[in-house]
Amino acid sequence: MQNKEEIARMETVVANVLEEAKNQGASAAEVGLSIESGLSVICRLGAVETIEHHRDQGLGITVFWGQQKGSANVTDLGEDSIKDGVKAACSIARFSGDDRYAGLPDPDRLATQFPNLDVCHPWALSADQAMTLALDCETVARELDPLITNSEGATVNSHQGISVLGNSLGFLNGYESTRHSLSCSVIGQQGDDMQRDYWYTVARNADDLDSSRHVGVMAAERVVRRLGAQSLSSRQCPVLYAPEVAASLLGHFVGAISGGSLYRKSSFLLDTLETQVFPDFIRIHEQPFLPKALGSSAYDGEGVAAYAHDIVTDGILASYVLSSYSARKLGMVTTGNAGGVHNLTIEPGDQDQRGLLATMDTGLLVTELIGQGVNSMTGDYSRGAAGFWVEGGVIQYPVEEITIAGNLKDMYQNIVAVGNDVDFRRNTRTGSILVAQMTVAGSTD
Amino acid sequence: MTVSVLSLAKESILAPANLLERDIDQIIGCLLSAQVDAADIYFQSSRYESWVLEDGIIKQGTHNSEQGAGVRAISGEKTGFAYSDQLALPALLEAANNVKAITRQGQQRQIQVTSGLSAPALYLPVDPLSSLNDQEKVDLLHRIDRETRKLDDRIEQVIVSLIGAHDSILVADQDGQLTGDVRPLIRMNVTVIIEDAGRREQGSMGGGARADYGYFLDADKGLEYGRQALHQALINLEATEAPAGAMTVVLGPGWPGILLHEAIGHGLEGDFNRKGTSAFSGRVGERVASELCTIVDDGTLAGRRGSLTVDDEGTPTENTVLIEKGILKGYMQDKLNARLMGVKATGNGRRESYAHLPMPRMTNTYMLPGQSDPGEIIASVDKGLYASNFGGGQVDITSGKFVFSASEAYLIENGKVTQPVKGATLIGNGPDVLTRVSMVGNDLELDSGVGTCGKEGQSVPVGVGQPTIKIDSLTVGGTSL
Repeated sequence: MQNKEEIARMETVVANVLEEAKNQGASAAEVGLSIESGLSVICRLGAVETIEHHRDQGLGITVFWGQQKGSANVTDLGEDSIKDGVKAACSIARFSGDDRYAGLPDPDRLATQFPNLDVCHPWALSADQAMTLALDCETVARELDPLITNSEGATVNSHQGISVLGNSLGFLNGYESTRHSLSCSVIGQQGDDMQRDYWYTVARNADDLDSSRHVGVMAAERVVRRLGAQSLSSRQCPVLYAPEVAASLLGHFVGAISGGSLYRKSSFLLDTLETQVFPDFIRIHEQPFLPKALGSSAYDGEGVAAYAHDIVTDGILASYVLSSYSARKLGMVTTGNAGGVHNLTIEPGDQDQRGLLATMDTGLLVTELIGQGVNSMTGDYSRGAAGFWVEGGVIQYPVEEITIAGNLKDMYQNIVAVGNDVDFRRNTRTGSILVAQMTVAGSTD
Repeated sequence: MTVSVLSLAKESILAPANLLERDIDQIIGCLLSAQVDAADIYFQSSRYESWVLEDGIIKQGTHNSEQGAGVRAISGEKTGFAYSDQLALPALLEAANNVKAITRQGQQRQIQVTSGLSAPALYLPVDPLSSLNDQEKVDLLHRIDRETRKLDDRIEQVIVSLIGAHDSILVADQDGQLTGDVRPLIRMNVTVIIEDAGRREQGSMGGGARADYGYFLDADKGLEYGRQALHQALINLEATEAPAGAMTVVLGPGWPGILLHEAIGHGLEGDFNRKGTSAFSGRVGERVASELCTIVDDGTLAGRRGSLTVDDEGTPTENTVLIEKGILKGYMQDKLNARLMGVKATGNGRRESYAHLPMPRMTNTYMLPGQSDPGEIIASVDKGLYASNFGGGQVDITSGKFVFSASEAYLIENGKVTQPVKGATLIGNGPDVLTRVSMVGNDLELDSGVGTCGKEGQSVPVGVGQPTIKIDSLTVGGTSL
């Protein structure tokens, strides 16, 4: 169900801003307008803690003065504020450099098809209903095990928004979307050891959310299994990334094949197009048109049509991730990825996590990563980790206060298997990923 | 000074929106018609700009303007919150009506706002955006680019960014106290990418302050950032694999103080301790560091990035002792958590913007200097790691485990700093890492003004600092066993 009148009103605002840019002398312009509203309710220890009502609006203006570019953002949609915003953007454009690669997308790349991606399902959720849901979820988690002693609470979020994009080439489109979630974070204690963990569910349609019971049980189980964690001695061993952390490996990959890192030559995957970056059983592809998915979109951040395509085929890098600007800098063609990828998917294998643990036999299962620790230029990788030590394919005990290190180029080449335990809760869809060998550093002898 | 800052804030927020003080009276009055323990309304008007030079040309420039107000009502531990980007009485009254739904109905009360506490101003209410004209800003970036490129012909790319913000805030609480502040904030960064014999590395350095852009012209700080970024890139060019495992670690002065921010700072924020979710909960009076360690959170340093004349609840900031000679002294508090814990607010109530709820946050967190000569500290180590620059860090406040990632590090062998090694993450346990501090230098430095702290999705500028310190054992996450 689309809120057609509001979209039309916002499209008029965008068209007017484009007109204003032209009147102020801009040779081309791009304008984005988004309005979002929502409700967020947190319950903790059986009572409501916070009720937040959200409403945000933002207007983004980019103008071109020939090959010079400037941008401005305003929150006030009044006539004067818009004029001032356009003026600020134009003023910046005149001081910016003459950049022959700057400009709107090539007109023939702009989206002309706008399929219904089924991403808008408003939830008539009152604060009281949200509270009940959060309370149910937290209660399940707190009552699951006597080792659960405290809570950071359960949170219900419901947001809906409209996003409109237009440019002076005549592109003008708006769409409405929703996003709802339920999360729970609890704390367990055993002796001096205190551990926290969480679980969440997120969907475009509230009917697709996991039950509050499922979220509560997952949160509590994840805490209890961490209690009694110890460090490890330093060693080299295989590492199995659980799906909730495996997505970060693909995130580093996308960063490295993004146009911005490539034209700056700040990527560890420079000049790797059409070369073997992963083992030959790996396929990574983009699926922009999946109904209801969190990363679905008919077009990218500059109106260029998104399209389903392979990024890695048989382990070979088939495509970079480019915007119009970075594509021109590289002498290539945009891949419809201004602003990022759409439902990046690594093709699942045929084993679940239990199967992958058996394949690994002895090694480290990682369920949490902390810190940054990635050098995007060299691929050197060193991050804090927590998880479980595994022997004979069976979890032995929880571990923490360790780091895992290697180089991403080697880690990608050394992927042994991808699981079928896919985490559908984010824009990057992956199962567990098994890496043949990494260096683990820990504090025990 | 404070009165004039208050009137400046009123002028830049209320006047353009045609809001009067009696409109604030009415909004607070509406909140107080419910049984609340506390309530406030936070007005904000800010302007922000950024300029980025790359490939020798100004490639990006952005100007943002934003205004709005957040309305909050608190009853016991319950908080209702709503905000509006429309500074108009009907929208603000609607927000107030929304948030008081969290509390029981009470009697209508009348309130009249008056000027709140005054505190000595820690920065001038200057507007960085207009402190240089656009041509001067652009010329400055070009000059840094040109001069940096002259330093070494292996430089492939120089990226220079300049950011300025001018932020006016007004906060009125349930007692009708009205406090205002006008906050400048600036930041510059230089990244250098270098290539030598097919190997590429980068280095990055920057600084910032609550001041206008004149700060970067003073002593040509921008050029110095370029030199240091190049130095770091050159060091990385020679770096070999970092060691893996527990070892003696010496941290240099200044920005490595991010250790304190992650290892103990977050764990000492009032909200986590009221809720008993921090590894430091209930440990005031206990030893959590060696007696060489005294650590403060000081929001009162003039012009520093993490400093505030008043926090986002109108409380003047303080110099709060967190750890004194190794003993845990207290927590950092906002008003809500201070009230619920029965202690006083410490001026640590901060929020990213009007659209976010305040919570206890750090300001400038640093360790006081000790007695040791830094050279003596290095000389005392047979085998270990010396880390002088860092990227970011993170902490799990419940388990106490924290990380911070070195971006410039060297081996120490037989009392001397030797081979540079690649960046690596260091990991430890907050409640005991500082008990292994065995030497503290006499060379306290604060960072150059680059810190931004994230908590529950909200970013605020912070500072850190420390003298050179020696930690007898910390796990280094390299690849070389």
